[in-house]
Amino acid sequence: MNDHKILMETQELKKYYPVPRKKLFEKKQYVKAVDGLNLKIPKGCTYGLVGESGCGKSTVGQVLAGIYSASEGTVFYEGEALLGLPKEKKKQIRRKIQMIFQDPYSSLNPKKKIGWILEEPLKTSTHLKRQERKQKVIEVLQQVGLDQNYMDKYPNELSGGQRQRVSIAAALLLDPEFIIADEAVSALDVSVQAQILNLLKKLQRERNLTYLFISHNLNVVRFMSDYIGVMYLGHLVEYGTTEEVCDHPLHPYTKALLSSVVDVKDRGEKRIILEGEVPDPVHTPKGCPFHTRCSQVKECCKEEKPEWNMEKENHAVWCHNLRGEK
Amino acid sequence: MRNKCRNKNLVIGTVLIAFLLGMLLVSFFYLPYPPNKMDSANILAMPSREHLLGTDNFGRDILSRIMKGSWMAFGIGFGAVIIGMTIGVIFGAIAGYFGGWIDELVMRLMDAKMAFPGVILALVMITVFGNGIGNMILALGIMAIPRFCRITRTGFMQIKEMEYIKAAKSRGISDFRIMVFHILPNLSSSLLVTFTLGISSAILSEAGLSFLGLGIQPPHPSWGRMLFEAQSYLLTDPLYAVVPGIMITILVLGFNLLGDGLRDNLDHRMSQREEKS
Repeated sequence: MNDHKILMETQELKKYYPVPRKKLFEKKQYVKAVDGLNLKIPKGCTYGLVGESGCGKSTVGQVLAGIYSASEGTVFYEGEALLGLPKEKKKQIRRKIQMIFQDPYSSLNPKKKIGWILEEPLKTSTHLKRQERKQKVIEVLQQVGLDQNYMDKYPNELSGGQRQRVSIAAALLLDPEFIIADEAVSALDVSVQAQILNLLKKLQRERNLTYLFISHNLNVVRFMSDYIGVMYLGHLVEYGTTEEVCDHPLHPYTKALLSSVVDVKDRGEKRIILEGEVPDPVHTPKGCPFHTRCSQVKECCKEEKPEWNMEKENHAVWCHNLRGEK
Repeated sequence: MRNKCRNKNLVIGTVLIAFLLGMLLVSFFYLPYPPNKMDSANILAMPSREHLLGTDNFGRDILSRIMKGSWMAFGIGFGAVIIGMTIGVIFGAIAGYFGGWIDELVMRLMDAKMAFPGVILALVMITVFGNGIGNMILALGIMAIPRFCRITRTGFMQIKEMEYIKAAKSRGISDFRIMVFHILPNLSSSLLVTFTLGISSAILSEAGLSFLGLGIQPPHPSWGRMLFEAQSYLLTDPLYAVVPGIMITILVLGFNLLGDGLRDNLDHRMSQREEKS
């Protein structure tokens, strides 16, 4: 899979949110939602980003989608840095990056008809005429398995699955290349989840899309992704192809995460249960962010940040423990 | 049971306002007498077949003046609230959407405005810019700005965090379009409530100012002005004062009940929607 071109890349991406000051002359503090992230997303593949709640994975998606701007670091799209591009050019690239949101109940404006919601980006970003726009909306609705009758409905008339289809249609309208799916199926029933996942796969084949698939659900990520990145407290701790990461996890956090997955067949393996709480992202620990909960913690973990170890060509881990063993 | 109580507000309010609107409508086509026509033979007359509500100290027909006065009441009420709403919504939207120092600036301005008693501000404006219907509407409009500004700001702050706004942003929709087409429609109902409540307070202030002799100048018929003129004849001819007083009461009560009823109805619908999802 190495022959794939890199579509999206981030270098040392950081996103800090300021914490409101409680006292007047308090030092300004920040929530370090994303703290130096390097991602490489190959074209035409699905990159799954996993991690527990609050680890910053949604923030990554929103920064890449252009909803928030990064505090530091660069985002490259097809080798071009997005920062500092002229406005017109930036708009052109932004069109190719679209996002599907988590909650189908709040991601559609309750006051607007489906047809209006879908037509709007075409109004503002293209020069299509009214009839052409309508045609395009109908076409995309059909691709996601809905018909044109839905154009005159309000979001509250639809079920969760139908709404998520509408969200997907909205993301597809501008013919994007890269889609960020932020917990796109987490709010849906299991049976509907499968339908939506299959729909996403079908669309990927038909349109040669690249996905960044963000989820806390390892089963779903495993099903969808070609590559997996594991995030913990704003850092990527392990990445690699899906088989490598799932079958030979290296980072202690990945191992714990994998062993927590509920399996129908009890394989008799001992579950690794993490002790303690995730550290507060305002006061992140020194050294490896995971050392407060890690079972194999060493002295150096508490002081220095680990380095990346390329375990195999398509598998790397950010941990002190593996240094020196190889 | 609770449902019935809710509807009572709305029903009574609607009936009262409908009555006044009906009167307003009739006054466009028919008035018993020209409202400024004096009849020196009939000064302070009691109700009779010719003058259903009697006449005032100049022999003018009270019913005609009351009917004509409704123009002023509705005109000033709506005019002032529309001015206040337009400015308030623009400021509130900008403050709520962009936040940060802009928000701080706008809200401190509104605080400064609110710290000023409204009637005093209107007094100052009328003294500085002169007495006239236009200035009066403007002054009352400025008084109505803060409540619209605050309600719009709160609404914008809440709704801009919704996922559908983020979704719109990720589709490259401009801030202006998001504010006007995505957020504002979601505030229409709470703005409607504020609008009706605003009208009643604007009209009450108008009546108050006119009563003090600062609002509408004679010979224009205004209910507040009529109260003011009637106060010297309170003992000899109480009806002269009672009629405009009742009209003001009906109008303010009507709009307040309408506003309350609308709000309750809205809250009810909202809670139903939440139960559903």
